[in-house]
Amino acid sequence: MKLPFTKRPTATSWQAFWQRLISLIRKEFRQLLRDRSNLLIGIGLPIALILIFGYGLTLDVRNARLVVALEDGSPTAHDVIATINGSPYMSTTEVRSLGEARQQLIQHQVDGIVHIPNDFSARLANGQGVIQLILPGGDPIRSSAIQGYVEAAASLWLQQQNDLSGNKTRRAGVLVVDRMWFNAANTSTWFLVPGLIVLIMTLVGTFLTALVMAREWERGTLEALFVTPVHPVEVLLSKIVPYFCVGLLGLAMCVVAAKLLFAVPIQGSLILIVLASMIYMVVSLAIGLLISAFAKNQFLASQIAILASFMPAMMLSGFIFDLRNVPLLVRLAGYLLPATYFMELIKTLFLAGDQWTLLFKDCGILLLYAVALLGLARLVTRKRLD
Amino acid sequence: MQNTLIDFLNRLINLCHKEFMVILKDPANRVILIVPVILQSLLFGYAATFDLNNIPYAVLDQSHTESSRQLLARLDSTGVFHRVATLTSSSQIAHEIDVGHALVALHIPPDFERQLGSGAPAPLQVILDGRNSNTAGNASAQIRAIVANFNASLPGATAPALSVQTRAWFNPNLETRWNILPGLIASLSMMQVIMLSALSVAREREQGTFDQLLVTPYTPEMIMVGKAIPSIVVGLVQSSLIMLVVRFWFHVPMAGSILPLYSGLLMFTIAIVGLGLSISALAATMQQAMLYTFVLLMPLILLSGLATPVHNMPEAFQIATYANPLRFAIDLVRRVYLEGNSLATLWHDLLPFVCMAAITMPLAAWLFRHRLV
Repeated sequence: MKLPFTKRPTATSWQAFWQRLISLIRKEFRQLLRDRSNLLIGIGLPIALILIFGYGLTLDVRNARLVVALEDGSPTAHDVIATINGSPYMSTTEVRSLGEARQQLIQHQVDGIVHIPNDFSARLANGQGVIQLILPGGDPIRSSAIQGYVEAAASLWLQQQNDLSGNKTRRAGVLVVDRMWFNAANTSTWFLVPGLIVLIMTLVGTFLTALVMAREWERGTLEALFVTPVHPVEVLLSKIVPYFCVGLLGLAMCVVAAKLLFAVPIQGSLILIVLASMIYMVVSLAIGLLISAFAKNQFLASQIAILASFMPAMMLSGFIFDLRNVPLLVRLAGYLLPATYFMELIKTLFLAGDQWTLLFKDCGILLLYAVALLGLARLVTRKRLD
Repeated sequence: MQNTLIDFLNRLINLCHKEFMVILKDPANRVILIVPVILQSLLFGYAATFDLNNIPYAVLDQSHTESSRQLLARLDSTGVFHRVATLTSSSQIAHEIDVGHALVALHIPPDFERQLGSGAPAPLQVILDGRNSNTAGNASAQIRAIVANFNASLPGATAPALSVQTRAWFNPNLETRWNILPGLIASLSMMQVIMLSALSVAREREQGTFDQLLVTPYTPEMIMVGKAIPSIVVGLVQSSLIMLVVRFWFHVPMAGSILPLYSGLLMFTIAIVGLGLSISALAATMQQAMLYTFVLLMPLILLSGLATPVHNMPEAFQIATYANPLRFAIDLVRRVYLEGNSLATLWHDLLPFVCMAAITMPLAAWLFRHRLV
């Protein structure tokens, strides 16, 4: 490892620089590959995340279980229930009394109660039919969706009745015709899987790097490297390169899984996706280096990496929770995160295609972050050496 | 007999004291155990919501009539819809949506009022940015509700013969924040507690002091209890802090009482600490302990129902969540906090904690002696 040290910027010094860098990188790769727990984070966890997000997690409410408290045994009431049952998202079971249904709801055996009161058909004949829907507010995501489904089923039934009876009652009005762009399948998987790239790059770049580097600070092995003829920049570069590669591997796995397993469309060009990811990877690595240089202790570094980088990337970047919904102050916190811009960019590149305005804006911001943070990391590393 | 008991307790207190010192002697550690929990519960409390209350929209009104203006006025008066662009041609729609300027674009065709007057359905075209399909679906539902109101106000409109009356228990406005915030009480504290306990043994192993501890008169069981108690205390303190934020900052009404909540949280934390200690006993270094913990934490949190409901998942994943203590902890906290359940009805949430603690605690104690570093 001892290489001739020279300060003159001559051809030989460049050659020596590359030589040192390459041997250092080789060392770092070996170190990375030797500890299986590193590979677990760098490769195992991304695979698990892809499977969980792709197959397991969804915001789309399906298979809602409703219990019908049927107090009116008329054919009309049965007909309404049949329409509700006809929805692909709902299935019903019947009980005779509301008390029984309430018990099931309290015990979380069902997602809601459809209460058909005993005067249902009588009131319906007067044009005032009412179905009562009782939902558990403890699960508002499912409950809101189920409310929509039941209302849709009720109006569908009404429409069918009107059609059958040839009723020409004028029900004119505005008809909403909506079209969802960029997500023809209307499924959350389409935006969760691309968003996962952001999470995985943050995981590898910030968390793993901060952890490994903090250990080197803690053990003093970094100082040991610094007293060799190796320049601090070379040390930093050699530390970055292996994790950069692991991050890109994560990207590759996400893209392949998105394409092959989950049929997520990739509207934008692959080159742009890779380029944008590389920029973000540098940002993420720089944050990891900074955290480790400040913390110099593994527990602290890992906690800061999770709290300041990973959790915000999941919660505040617009990954699952839309930033439009949050108060201004929290939104501003979101806009401070590099992950937010990469999130917007990667979702757009996957689902909407190459939107140049957005691309230049987000890439520009990410590049600024990359330069500023790398510079800072370089500064901090040198300071520690003095 | 009595002496041995006092002796035992004395030793245990000494050991706990030492463990507390290890956790709390570093000022940075003290900060990292208190500040982030509060900060995160505030931040995520605001961020973690699916309730859409700000919809920037662009409009292309080719009708320019009284009815179209009335419809748009209804949108504007909600306080949720904010017009960001008034367009003049349909070719401008794409740009507004593409750059994310508007979430929704409304297109009112030229013959809008004529259609409306003739009794034929007058189409209102709504274009949604589906990059977050959940947000888009939410916006669409809100537009439909406003349009339905508008239709009902039209001359000659009759109320539909069948209506659905919805009542939501425990959370009348179906606010998603009320669902996620109680979930944080269990999950945020778990993240640090499991890490803390996972590091406790690994740190001593790495520094070589664990062997010294093993040759003292302490039995492995006592060492384990001594290691577990401080982490459990930290976890309960953290849960309490988050609960204070949820109750008094976000004003989520608490239906249940403290006793069942804390009994549940205590048992959950014991199970989690047992898990952490087992990892700790297995890991050779602190770094391994941390990495194992983190790898375990991710699926535990994602498959807990914190942000996405468990019942949305496919059957196989729902079954897999039975192995996840956090799933039951979040369920328990929600049941007690929001629904006011008492301990008697919660045994099915408590049982997994008991099982988990019964497996992990003895395992950890056994591993203390039998794992050779």
